[in-house]
Amino acid sequence: MTNVLEISNIRKSFDSELVLTDLSLSVAEHTATVLIGASGSGKSTLLRCINLLESIDDGQIFLDGEEISDPLINVDQVRRKLGMVFQSFNLFPHKTVLENITLAPIKVQGKNKDEATSAALALLKRFDLADKADQYPDRLSGGQQQRVAIIRSVALNPRLLLLDEITSALDPVLVNEVLSIVRDLKSDGMTMVLATHEMGFATQVADEVCFLESGNILERGSAQQVLHEPQNPKTQEFLKRVHQAGRL
Amino acid sequence: MSERVNSAWSPSSREIQRRQARKRISRRQATIAAVSSTLVLGTLLVVLLTSPGWDVVKKTFFDVGYGRKVLPTVIAGLWINLQLTFIGGFCIGVIALGLALLRTTKSPALTPFRFLATAYVDIFRGAPLILIILLVGFGVPALRLQGISSNVIFLGTVAVVLTYSAYVAEVIRSGILSIHPSQRAAARSLGLTSGQTMRYVVLPQAIRRVVPPLLNDFVSLLKDTGLVSILGVTDAVRAAQINASRTFNYTPYVVAAILFLLITIPMTRYTDRAIRQRTNAQSAEGAI
Repeated sequence: MTNVLEISNIRKSFDSELVLTDLSLSVAEHTATVLIGASGSGKSTLLRCINLLESIDDGQIFLDGEEISDPLINVDQVRRKLGMVFQSFNLFPHKTVLENITLAPIKVQGKNKDEATSAALALLKRFDLADKADQYPDRLSGGQQQRVAIIRSVALNPRLLLLDEITSALDPVLVNEVLSIVRDLKSDGMTMVLATHEMGFATQVADEVCFLESGNILERGSAQQVLHEPQNPKTQEFLKRVHQAGRL
Repeated sequence: MSERVNSAWSPSSREIQRRQARKRISRRQATIAAVSSTLVLGTLLVVLLTSPGWDVVKKTFFDVGYGRKVLPTVIAGLWINLQLTFIGGFCIGVIALGLALLRTTKSPALTPFRFLATAYVDIFRGAPLILIILLVGFGVPALRLQGISSNVIFLGTVAVVLTYSAYVAEVIRSGILSIHPSQRAAARSLGLTSGQTMRYVVLPQAIRRVVPPLLNDFVSLLKDTGLVSILGVTDAVRAAQINASRTFNYTPYVVAAILFLLITIPMTRYTDRAIRQRTNAQSAEGAI
């Protein structure tokens, strides 16, 4: 079986600053890969490169065996297969919750309005947001906004869901309601790559944990291996600091 | 919140004292404001009415009888200004939107149009409106081109539209550029094309943001339509001018000015309110 995502030896720099170097990663279907590491270690850049929001300087990225790092590829076609959720939600403030979710299914997938609406309402109902369908995003709490943003991505049935520190902008009390959606999606079999600082959550959902440092994966393995029995001294150091900050 | 207010609550004696103190302070402030206003405005009025030249001024600028006589012709002229403003305003909106989109596009096929749009905006934003009116109003008929109207109202409108499209295009473009790149990233990552992103995500937010400055330009447009009078269009300004030059009494100008103010002052008040609401809404918008 081919992996959903296959990254081989990619490299990315912004001007003179090297952000990703010689990084490789494979993501099998129905698995969750968790990226951990300090700010600036390259987690967000990696996700943005996968989504083609940034172009890479070298290496290759394959989605379902197709090379998406080919400059001739139709980026819109690729992005239809990828969902992305951002740290700052990025909901469209001029559209209601329902319109936020149905915009892409209608305009990108060509679904008719009724079909898209009933699918969106079903998702909203499943994640306890049915009563918010006609509200504008600025009336919602941060946790609710982020849940809507996740639903907006999931409504397109992506092959791969990319989650970029989706709880970092949230009040600790609101973190759990967002993470529980991700847990549900994981048990649905959604394939995902996520960057997070929530180590407890990483332990629960991760099939593989990758520790990034200076743009490369220094250590990878099961959550048990990487988070609880780290071998690399830099991983140990990082986890010690996380532990001191009370996040493990 | 309301259910948490205890209905049995009554203010403490300290709170009652505070309220009385606040009332005393505000009463004193109101008195000071009234006295100072009466003094300043009263003095100005007395100076004006007792000054030796007041009678002449009154006769030359504020001749009520004459003003009433010329009112119908000035109003008829103002009707032309209003028509010009609304028809011109519509054309300006359409052209300016096109220019703004061309200037912000990255599509390689549209590159020459992007350059042309930039040049257009540079030229028409930088040249005085009155020059453009003279060029179009007198220059175009001199070409004796077939099929081009030499109607001065039409040519005046064209000149105003040419110039204002450049102004308004820049306002719309600034609105487009003010939308945070994360909105574009979110839309593109949902698979929307760049055109769809502009149409459904960026532009609706951008236009909403620039409504107040656009209203400002609309007020300016109404005033600047008075400039087409130099082509001989009998608008409010020209109607006033004709009457004034016949009698050497300048009351018709004052009548025209008052008529313009009757329209523009409510419009600017409305604009100010729109700007205030916009600012309030933005502060409540939070992270976008």
